[in-house]
Amino acid sequence: MLQFLVNPERFMAFSRWAAPLLGLIALGLAAAGLALDFQAPPDYQQGYTVHIMFIHVPAAFMSEFVYACLGVASFLSLIFRHALAAAAARAAAPLGTGFTALALITGSLWGRPTWGTWWVWDPRLTSVLVLFLFYVGYMALEGAIEDEAKAARAAAILALVGLINLPIVHYSVVWWNSLHQGSSLLRAGGPDMPAVYLAPLLLMVFAYMAGFGALWLVRIRGEVWRRRAAVAAMRAAG
Amino acid sequence: MRAFSLIFRRELALSWTGGGGPVLALGFYLAMASLLPLALGADPARMTAVAPGFAWLVLALASLLSLERMFERDFEDGALDLIALGPAPLEMTALAKGLAQWIAIAAPLALLAPVVVTALGAPVGLAPIVVACGLIGGLGFCFLGGVGAALSLGSRRGGVLIALIVLPLFTPPVIFGAGAIEAFAAGLDWRTPLLLLCAYSLAAGALCPFAMAAAARNALS
Amino acid sequence: MITAISIESLAVARGDRPLISGFSLALEAGEAVALAGRNGAGKTSLLRAIAGLIRPSAGKVTFRGDGGEIAPEDAVARDAHLIGHQDGLKLSRTAWDEVRFQAEWSGGTAAAARAACARLGLSSLLNLQVRKLSAGQRRRLALARLAASPRSLWLLDEPLAPLDRDQRGVFGDLMAEHLAGGGLILAAAHDPLPIAARAVEIGGGQIGGGEIGG
Repeated sequence: MLQFLVNPERFMAFSRWAAPLLGLIALGLAAAGLALDFQAPPDYQQGYTVHIMFIHVPAAFMSEFVYACLGVASFLSLIFRHALAAAAARAAAPLGTGFTALALITGSLWGRPTWGTWWVWDPRLTSVLVLFLFYVGYMALEGAIEDEAKAARAAAILALVGLINLPIVHYSVVWWNSLHQGSSLLRAGGPDMPAVYLAPLLLMVFAYMAGFGALWLVRIRGEVWRRRAAVAAMRAAG
Repeated sequence: MRAFSLIFRRELALSWTGGGGPVLALGFYLAMASLLPLALGADPARMTAVAPGFAWLVLALASLLSLERMFERDFEDGALDLIALGPAPLEMTALAKGLAQWIAIAAPLALLAPVVVTALGAPVGLAPIVVACGLIGGLGFCFLGGVGAALSLGSRRGGVLIALIVLPLFTPPVIFGAGAIEAFAAGLDWRTPLLLLCAYSLAAGALCPFAMAAAARNALS
Repeated sequence: MITAISIESLAVARGDRPLISGFSLALEAGEAVALAGRNGAGKTSLLRAIAGLIRPSAGKVTFRGDGGEIAPEDAVARDAHLIGHQDGLKLSRTAWDEVRFQAEWSGGTAAAARAACARLGLSSLLNLQVRKLSAGQRRRLALARLAASPRSLWLLDEPLAPLDRDQRGVFGDLMAEHLAGGGLILAAAHDPLPIAARAVEIGGGQIGGGEIGG
């Protein structure tokens, strides 16, 4: 798959139909997931606010999934110096930031009725917040260096440093939480979730992934076109 | 070995004397510490509760201050070209820079830290653990910071950018150090967090020079 | 000890912009080449690519010594000097601290650095901070490492610019001695070098304006 896609021509031909297809799949899955979700009974503790979970949990999952994609693309662009991998990394970052922001905002909205406060320094929320800062740092670095190729390489190095650090951050935050509070708050998406919620939740996760795939391809296409335009302009100028 | 000692002596001299050296970081540390009671009110009970954590956090911030000079000066005046064409690989130079930063900036901060903690109202008995955390954690701060400094070469607004890149990476050492100090104060097991801090800083010292060298090569190219 | 370099169809790009393409050159011990070309033609980038700082987009640079081919990294790390637009000097340190570090870092000794400074007329300035020195004095300080630490390949980027006529003469003597001892010189220069050198023009008409990599 990867071997096939590293050729920009083939990538463009493939993504041309793959992007809209993935978009359609995402819409279909999301529609099915939401339909199942609204048929499910309201949670006996949380009432209707449990619906926020179907937006929040997939977003939180995607925030880490996209960072992993960013890390892999960065690794490939560093090692093989492939322009398409660099474009993929660059294209993934704003999407990941968006998912992370969505996870934080819906988490906060969910926390208000559930925990009675807008923000809890729960280890998961705290990890997601640090992840959000990783994304912000990545995009700031990428935008601050004038030379595009150098900016891409510097950002790729940072993405790898972040990828190594992410599990450590997660572990340290969990450890920190165990140190500071015994009272266990409600854990969203625990393993004892009833099946009526699990099925729509999984559908929503797949919908988010397909949606991300579609947007990612579109953004990479945009990067490729932008580079081609720059090269053409340079040629035209002689 | 001769090459390492050459570059290390140069870096140490530059970190120690150039652009204010440790005075800048120490001054920042004291200034921030003096603002805390002004912001929170000098109620001794409240101060005692927050003093160790606050002092530790500001130490981490103060170690950011001199980072901008770590690579930027050599990059701008062309010395990095000379260094890159020298007998030692850039990784070794990065190691020397990180260690020099540790000795010239982080160690003085670690020695000042117990004074700050005590002045803010924490018991004097915390001094050993605060110095230990400052020294050990400082190593991690210097190397993580060095990665930020090398990555931001060739950018506009280097200083703010370094802080933005590096601060999220400081999460684990800040947590482990604060945990060790807190556990020590409460008479709990402080060895585990201190060992975790040690492990993190040593791993940073071992791995970060590679990232720094890769970033510096990228900036030179 | 580098005794010959050959550059084969080297291409260097800055970002998406091709700067040099299909550049070939062979240089033997005792030879000097003066690179000419207008601003932005890529002289600096070419020298930096030979020094291994920039990765060429095509082509290669081969270094040969008495014992056969030398790996490029080893060749430049042990046996090449690159003098760029900037002198690599720290303003806050004394001239002596800086020149000694530069000489020792490139493999010379403190005594050789002192002798080189004497030759370049810098002896009386060595205790001053670099910030007190004029542009010409700083350049001579940077050039001192050429004489203080023996390396065969000199890559010089506009080395003469801040020097006056007498100093150019002294520097010309240094270069002539280096060549006589089997050295190689590749210099980008607007003004004619003070020694006999083969002139090589780089950059045809295909390059647009701009100063990148000048």
